[in-house]
Amino acid sequence: MNIKLKIWRQKNAQSKGKFETYSLNDVSPEMGFLEMLDYLNQELISKGEDPVAIDHDCREGICGSCGLYINGQPHGPEPKTTTCELRMRSFKDGSLITVEPFRSRMFPVIKDLLIDRSAFDKILIAGGFISSNTGTAPEANSIPVCKKKSDKAFDMAACIGCGACVAACKNASAMLFVAAKINQYALLPQGKVEAAERVKKMVAKMDELGFGSCSNTYACEAKCPKGISVSAIAKMNREFLHAKIVAE
Amino acid sequence: MTKLDAKIPAGPLSEKWTTHKNNLRLVNPANKKRIDIIVVGTGLAGASAASSLGEMGYNVKVFCYSDTPRRAHSVAAQGGINAAKNYKNDGDSVYRLFYDMIKGGDFRAREANVYRAAEVSNDVIDHYIALGVPFARDYGGYLDNRSFGGVQVSRTFYAKGQTGQQCILGTYSSLLRQVDKGTVVMYPRYDVLDIVKVEGKARGIIARNLVNGELERHSAHAVILATGGYGTVYYLSTLAVNSNASAAWAAYKKGAFFGNPSFVQIHPTSIPVLNEFQSKLTLMSESLRNDGRVWVPKNKGDKRKPVDIPEEERDYYLERRYPAFGNLVPRDVASRAAKERCDAGYGVGDTGLSVYLDFKDAIEKQGKKTIENKYGNLFEMYEKISGENPYETPMRIYPAGHYTMGGLWVDYNLMTTVPGLFSIGESNFSDHGANRLGASSLMQCSGDGYFILPYTISDYLADDIRTGKISSDTPEFIQAEKNTSDKIKRLLSINGNQTPLTFHKKLGKIMWDYCGMVRNEEGLKKAIELIDALKEAFWSDLKVAGKADELNQELEKALRVADFIELAKLMCYDGLNRKESCGAHFREESQTENGEARRQDDAYSFVAAWAYTDDENPPQLHKEELVFENVAVKERSYE
Amino acid sequence: MRKLNLRPSTISSKVVMALAGVFLMLFLVVHLFLNLLMLMGDEGETFSNAVVFMTENPAVKIFEYVLFAGFIIHIIIGLLIEIKNYFARPVKYAVSNTSKTSFFSKYMIHTGLIILIFLIIHFTHFFFVKLNLVDIPGDITTDNHDFYAMAKYLFKNGIYTLIYIISFVFLGFHLNHAFQSAFQTLGLNHPRYTPFIKALSSIYAIVVSMGYSIIPIYFYFFY
Repeated sequence: MNIKLKIWRQKNAQSKGKFETYSLNDVSPEMGFLEMLDYLNQELISKGEDPVAIDHDCREGICGSCGLYINGQPHGPEPKTTTCELRMRSFKDGSLITVEPFRSRMFPVIKDLLIDRSAFDKILIAGGFISSNTGTAPEANSIPVCKKKSDKAFDMAACIGCGACVAACKNASAMLFVAAKINQYALLPQGKVEAAERVKKMVAKMDELGFGSCSNTYACEAKCPKGISVSAIAKMNREFLHAKIVAE
Repeated sequence: MTKLDAKIPAGPLSEKWTTHKNNLRLVNPANKKRIDIIVVGTGLAGASAASSLGEMGYNVKVFCYSDTPRRAHSVAAQGGINAAKNYKNDGDSVYRLFYDMIKGGDFRAREANVYRAAEVSNDVIDHYIALGVPFARDYGGYLDNRSFGGVQVSRTFYAKGQTGQQCILGTYSSLLRQVDKGTVVMYPRYDVLDIVKVEGKARGIIARNLVNGELERHSAHAVILATGGYGTVYYLSTLAVNSNASAAWAAYKKGAFFGNPSFVQIHPTSIPVLNEFQSKLTLMSESLRNDGRVWVPKNKGDKRKPVDIPEEERDYYLERRYPAFGNLVPRDVASRAAKERCDAGYGVGDTGLSVYLDFKDAIEKQGKKTIENKYGNLFEMYEKISGENPYETPMRIYPAGHYTMGGLWVDYNLMTTVPGLFSIGESNFSDHGANRLGASSLMQCSGDGYFILPYTISDYLADDIRTGKISSDTPEFIQAEKNTSDKIKRLLSINGNQTPLTFHKKLGKIMWDYCGMVRNEEGLKKAIELIDALKEAFWSDLKVAGKADELNQELEKALRVADFIELAKLMCYDGLNRKESCGAHFREESQTENGEARRQDDAYSFVAAWAYTDDENPPQLHKEELVFENVAVKERSYE
Repeated sequence: MRKLNLRPSTISSKVVMALAGVFLMLFLVVHLFLNLLMLMGDEGETFSNAVVFMTENPAVKIFEYVLFAGFIIHIIIGLLIEIKNYFARPVKYAVSNTSKTSFFSKYMIHTGLIILIFLIIHFTHFFFVKLNLVDIPGDITTDNHDFYAMAKYLFKNGIYTLIYIISFVFLGFHLNHAFQSAFQTLGLNHPRYTPFIKALSSIYAIVVSMGYSIIPIYFYFFY
């Protein structure tokens, strides 16, 4: 298949950046989206142009490195799919594909389509952990955990930190990301101990960094490659209110 | 040939670690604050070591090439993590886990290390639970286990098919907690390109800031390499595409011996190559072979659709060759059998490089619903990638490079032959012998980082409490930085015609063909010649786009490929030297009449530790003899 | 002593906004019920009696102030949040989001502003009259509490009728998201009940929007 690509090019964080259009022929429908970009880059290099910078690593949908805003959707048109899992057969022959970086004030562009997502780390540093030193743990089976809750905690912990929720949200809100982590720990007895402190600290950090608020538009849920439900956000709000109003 | 001292403590196997711990020296809390440690890599091993050392009070700097530590490739481990908890009351014990690992490793691992890994496995599970890792549970709320990797007990803890992800998020959270406390400083988006030695000891690193391209000198009292495996030497593998061997290779060139470099596990069930630009092979969990039947057509080049090929024209070759184990033979055996069929011209798909994994019978017998419950997510993943529905047509699979048992040689204290330079997790050679047992890699990485290294490194650092801060302005650092900077300049100045990717693909092909699942003397010798030629071409015809002082992913690739080319040659030397077949290493010259691997314990019961000489001369071999005092060395048979 | 936090968190702001919204939604029901009394066919007698009761009851007086506070809080927080959200993404996308979302939620600020403009018009027609800030329209009556007469007069005008009806449609859009969204913001999400709440939300929006629309339609066409 032959395609046209409209790609955001930006030399570095300081420069302005603009779209460039490229034609790419003989694209195989079996190719992954990133492999198609590999192909494009080889073509660009052979023409003496600068290849497009992108973040990518595992290429099997679990590391969360990749993330492109493709034709108006983070990670492209397919549901529950990361950019690296997306195949070219999802596009029609001859189509124009617009590729943009995830946009948010908290995700500044470093180069081309490669962004800085360290804001996510900062939120987690504020409290996204259980304070248990190596060596302090009791025997693993000493605290039984309700299977349903444990499974739910897993669903929340499935977040890969790719940032699609922020990218999809009209307000560039990180609520789903933060909620997933808060929920994971709030559901487990091990995490309950510091639940109130955790939610207060993480939400405060999220606000301080400048992420938008939640309009309950649910674009995050629609584009989360791991299908994390917005019910997490409701539960976080509950945890937050509890921490602010009830907890000491 | 010098004799390597593995520093294995005396005494009975089950007491070695306890006795050793009791005799290790300690560093008191006030002094810990004066000691800096560098950790390279933030996978399970690196992140767990960094967080533990941070908790103890050391100043830790941790480097990774990703934008955040959570993305290290431990994240992709699917199956599970072993521990000798014996929750299933099926007779498991530390000794059994140890024995299964030793046997699985085909008697090429060090007894004391393996026993210790099994010993700390229970602590690892306890710790992960405390960190909020949501392992699978049963309805009573207790932890569930499954059987994995063809062993007779159920000792594998798991979190769906994302156990590695859940474990790494646990270690990452403990790491971030230390960042919050100020004991750990993270350096994401850094490539570590050299190790700096001062007065014979590892005292720092040269790292390239991947965002602005600047080279930085970082000093410390000790350096820990947790850089993972080097399977991307094959270009196509189940590893992350940026996984590399550069830091480990730099360590090798600075005097750290490389142990068993040719031991690479090839995983039998990966989705095959579907297009020429393919950059990665995605693993399909081994558990699929519990219900799927592997076959190829009986007629060469049969181009019919698989569903149109009648039963009598199908060759269920695993069931034919290994009636006792059938489709459940170990990874290496299944991989070689698939290669044998494809090489003989029976392979399927456009490339002829894949075999069918068929669920038709299982669906007929157990119903679609049951199969969906067991493998639904895997089938979905397969369909996403291949566009084919495995409920209707058989999956196509092919082996792929997966895990490197080989790595930097370390003693019982996990220290390499360079004092102060430690290696943990997949980057060292120590626990898996010639073949890794399923679900023991997460276990080893976490054990090394949380419960072993923190003790042994303190013993080493006890000598450094009066050393004071290590300066990074000494001639050694300046020289190392200059060497790295010269190398980068040289790569950028070649200005030839071929990209790093092109060279990487060529290298991958050489290694896959001659130093992959099946090796022989002629092939390995040929590979060495081809690698030499490739190296020459690389340094004369390479084209690296962009500049040194900016984010330059082409330069990153070039630096990695340059090291892979050299490492590839070492792997071939090692493969050539080991004229026996053992575990994943199959030498055609050493097989039974039925084509099965034949180990030669009299001649090769040793760890091959290679020492760097210089760029012109072959490496020097040092042998660590393996002594088996606690297990009877047996032959593996699956017929 | 704890430091007073003058910059409330996004969640707190949203919760306050949601609570104000819930209060406003209750008010809408009360107001609608009162208005529908105009359709009794008794030339507004029942309606006027109800108005008298409302005017003389001191509890309603207090309720009125609370109501105003509710409006103001809801509007101000809504605007502040919108401004913050705007700055969270300084560089916009070239292709706007095409993924599946809750449609009306994306236009809450727009429907909200339309309702605000309507509110000002509505106030000049009725509420400011009551406060003697504005003359009684068309001098149709001398009693500035005779809303029945005012409504009758106003909705003979096609343009006003149209403005009211269009505004009610937008109010419906606003409420369709608002009702269920309030539950989510207040943390009330449950796999069993949320689908029901969402359905209820749409029913509420349709009932309110149509209920209010009946009055201008009644006066314009059938009176």
